[in-house]
Amino acid sequence: MKEELFVSGRNIPNIDPYLNIWHWQIPLYLFLGGLAAGILFFAGFYVVRGKEKQMQATVKWAPIIAPIALVLGLFALFLDLKHKLFFWQLYTTVRLESPMSWGAWTLMIISPLSFIWVASYMKELVPGWNWKFNFLEQFEAWVIKNREYFAWAMMIYAIILGVYTGILLSAFNARPLWNTSILGPLFLVSGFSTGLATIIWISKDEKERKKLSRIDLILIVIELFLIVHLFMGFKAGSQTAIEAANLFLGGPFTVSFWVFVVILGLIFPAVLEVLELRGFHVPKWLPPVMILVGGLMFRFIMVEAGQITRYLY
Amino acid sequence: MRYAMAIDTKKCVGCGDCVVACQTENNVPHGYCRDWIVESVDGTYPSLSLEFRSERCNHCDNAPCVRCCPTGASHIEEGGIVAVTHHKCIGCGACIQSCPYDARYSHPDGYVDKCTFCLHRVQKGQSPACVDVCPTRCLHFGDLDDPNSGVSLAIKDRKWKVLAPEAGTKPQLYFLT
Repeated sequence: MKEELFVSGRNIPNIDPYLNIWHWQIPLYLFLGGLAAGILFFAGFYVVRGKEKQMQATVKWAPIIAPIALVLGLFALFLDLKHKLFFWQLYTTVRLESPMSWGAWTLMIISPLSFIWVASYMKELVPGWNWKFNFLEQFEAWVIKNREYFAWAMMIYAIILGVYTGILLSAFNARPLWNTSILGPLFLVSGFSTGLATIIWISKDEKERKKLSRIDLILIVIELFLIVHLFMGFKAGSQTAIEAANLFLGGPFTVSFWVFVVILGLIFPAVLEVLELRGFHVPKWLPPVMILVGGLMFRFIMVEAGQITRYLY
Repeated sequence: MRYAMAIDTKKCVGCGDCVVACQTENNVPHGYCRDWIVESVDGTYPSLSLEFRSERCNHCDNAPCVRCCPTGASHIEEGGIVAVTHHKCIGCGACIQSCPYDARYSHPDGYVDKCTFCLHRVQKGQSPACVDVCPTRCLHFGDLDDPNSGVSLAIKDRKWKVLAPEAGTKPQLYFLT
């Protein structure tokens, strides 16, 4: 048996007895980032596919949420910074090895894109809207003319944003629970699923909702598959990885993860969506709310649990 | 040049002088520390073995904290010393997450802080405060590239280990066992 003690009395705030330097701000930011990425990706996707008319909620209404989510997410990230007045240092350099730097620059590009996207639909969303200034009208006309290019840019940056929300965690080798490359795709799929859930919630068009529900079902199945793979990878890994997996397989996060994230956040809404597609009456808000709450919980649990996993002591 | 430290676990008595010397020298805020002592007991009574380790930042060759820093505040000084430029640090906490040794902390003033191998003393040709003050002389500091430096001589004829080598950070604290 081995016992290790800090005999010099180490008890540093947020570091000991276990790391807890990231609180609610980071998981909330990851959730909002993934949500916005999902909404923007599908808005761009259906414009590129030329389905603007059939997918009104996806292309025009839901994207209004994206810039709001991004701004709120950025604000949460700002709240997380401990040396707040120096935040601008993020934009004085590009550091390719740092996921945080990638994220800062990706947000710098996709946030304005999302604002421009919503603005270019303002006249269709609000009848009688006008931009008052001539140069704004000209800019709008230019955006509308080149909308397909904007759609492509938005899709690409939505994927980068979605993957980044996972890589932000997976780049930390010191936290075995996070240090798996499957986290990138897992957070991407989960983010897209929460984005779709939001659109399904908003949409009033039965056909559009059914179409999106089918895609959402595929995403949920992929997500479940990735979660199984995540734990298979851990169980086949080193001792630190096995210990990380055991937090969820009998450890303190077992119930919160498997009941609230997997069963209530993925399997249950998937079953409800299948029932709805088969013609049963399901409250319209129920599956989306479950997916959104599940996605939010997933990020909170991953950030919290990951900080507990470590190499030493 | 490659600064490193050797810690003689057979000589260390766990007195904590290095911790206090560091806190005084570097004006470390109350309740925080840049170095600490681990007492590691192995075995079952009566066959026990005891090891004292004075630990601090490992000033890794492959420092994850420097790689993940979004602003370049965490950087490598001359001789491989890992340091933080306070006015560039935004306090995002990425480097704290990335450190397998939990050697970094968030200073009450906002920026991230850690052991600097007493860079300000080393630049003047002095040893770090913890090394100078150690009553059993179990800490050896110096340049690994110089075969006659304290650290080179200390690890030459002794068995040593580094902490969590599996984390891939190439740590530069050598624990003589």
